Amino acid sequence: MTAAVLFENVSRHFGAVRAVDAVDLAVAEGEFFAMLGPSGSGKTTCLRLMAGFEQPTHGHIEIFGETAEGVPPYRRNVNTVFQDYALFPHLSILDNVAYGLMVKGVVREERRKAAEDALAMVKLPGYGARRPGQLSGGQRQRVALARALVNKPKVLLLDEPLGALDLKLREQMQEELKTLQKSLGITFVFVTHDQGEALSMADRIAVFNDGKIQQLGTPEDVYKRPKTRFVADFVGSSNILQPEFVTQLGAGQQLASLRPEAIGLNSKKEGQLAVSGVVLSRSFLGASNRVTVNVGGTKLHVMSPASSPVPEEGSNVTLSFAPADLHLMETTP
Amino acid sequence: MRSDRSTSAPPGLKIAAAGGLLFLHLPIMLIFLYAFTTEEKSYQFPPPGLTLQWFAVTWNRPDVWEALSLSVRVASIATAIALVLGTLCAAAVSQTRFFGRETISLLVILPIALPGIITGIALRSAFSMADIPFSIWTIVLGHATFCVVVVYNNAVARFRRVSGSLVEASMDLGANGLQTFRHVILPNISTALLAGGMLAFALSFDEVIVTTFTGGQQSTLPIWMLQELIRPRQRPVTNVVAMVVVLVTFLPILAAYYLTRDGDQIAGSGK
Repeated sequence: MTAAVLFENVSRHFGAVRAVDAVDLAVAEGEFFAMLGPSGSGKTTCLRLMAGFEQPTHGHIEIFGETAEGVPPYRRNVNTVFQDYALFPHLSILDNVAYGLMVKGVVREERRKAAEDALAMVKLPGYGARRPGQLSGGQRQRVALARALVNKPKVLLLDEPLGALDLKLREQMQEELKTLQKSLGITFVFVTHDQGEALSMADRIAVFNDGKIQQLGTPEDVYKRPKTRFVADFVGSSNILQPEFVTQLGAGQQLASLRPEAIGLNSKKEGQLAVSGVVLSRSFLGASNRVTVNVGGTKLHVMSPASSPVPEEGSNVTLSFAPADLHLMETTP
Repeated sequence: MRSDRSTSAPPGLKIAAAGGLLFLHLPIMLIFLYAFTTEEKSYQFPPPGLTLQWFAVTWNRPDVWEALSLSVRVASIATAIALVLGTLCAAAVSQTRFFGRETISLLVILPIALPGIITGIALRSAFSMADIPFSIWTIVLGHATFCVVVVYNNAVARFRRVSGSLVEASMDLGANGLQTFRHVILPNISTALLAGGMLAFALSFDEVIVTTFTGGQQSTLPIWMLQELIRPRQRPVTNVVAMVVVLVTFLPILAAYYLTRDGDQIAGSGK
């Protein structure tokens, strides 16, 4: 099967800066693909390479089997939802949504109909006569989505689409986007720095750092089996265990990650590994408590459910976890 | 302490303000008044009588029409050149980053900061060195130097507010460069261009110094008026023309002022 988007050894350099450095990736058709990383990690440049706003310095890009290098944005069957939405302030909402059809020469009646349908799809029916300035952030986000989708793109690119929304709205939009993607069957490529968003929405995640993909896999893979220290750190907050510490636990001399929620407090079960330490601090997070424990000089964070008892600061505790939860990583950073 | 809007200013301040305004506008009123005087050789006050005959006299003077027509042509062509060059330059400076950008920005603005007499002498010597005969085109070139600045300044301010992602969004939605210019860039900068163009037209229309150096034998309207002041007869004709000039330059500037103000509101509401 042809990949929706294919990167072969793609680099984009800005002077001496390697924004994207020898990236290989293949986005499958109909997939919800997330590119996750901190700012400056190259994820947005990758998206702009797909959209055609940037051209690769080296390497080869294909979109549905067609070579994309040198093809300008307006000849690609790909549409973008911009981070700042980039709605045209001088046009009504309906004309904004119909813009893509207008420049393609679709007749007025037809494109108005299509634009109204698209607005209904994003739950903004009847908003066509308003101006972008009269809408809230969440509504503008929906208009931007409708404006892109009305062109029936083969790939929809989303650049931090939920970044400017407040938490409640963001969670709601996450679900809506996911539902929309499933019902339309369009390939979504989605850039975010929010690991929670990537984990909850994507079919697969590419974790970026320094212009390179650190790991590419399903959310579960990336979360439970981080390949590198960076991934373990960036995706959820993991305990990074130094090779010396890992050796003491009876595993090989390697870096390892241990998720805070995989550790039990004073609840050792059969077959689990155990270490003891002293409670340094604890904080209440609502659904859980975060307890920091000093184990022979190594600080470990433990996430324990709010329902279970929390040990006092300074008390001795036993930490236990299944050997399978101790995930060994490449020692290089 | 908060000053109340209804609180009246002290009388001294009121008088000073009225005096300031009179100082600014009374001379213009006098120009208007003398357009109607019956005395044609000197400006005596009060005018011995009022008449409308100078309007008819002015209407029938071919030299007025020639000068007016030359001024309108020069201002129109200079404004047209300025609109194209000023917009292109503003687009380049505000939308891209390149080596020497700040320098270019400064060099473009410089002609309006230079005294007109410097521009005039520089152009005149350049024209004679290149053996270019003086004509309407040399005047147009002279005027274009400062008209470009006015358009550039207006356009560059507007371009800065038009987010770069609008252009990308347009291209992303399938519009090529020309369509993007027509449907996205132009509607967003049009009021700025209109304002800049009107200001450029008004500046060109009453320009004297640069025109003196680049005009050769021809007279634009302001030059014609200067020459006319020396002549002893039919003086009120100058006043009639002056009235026309005031109206022709004042109306566009007023319109430009309101248009840019509205433009700010439109651009602001889009954010």
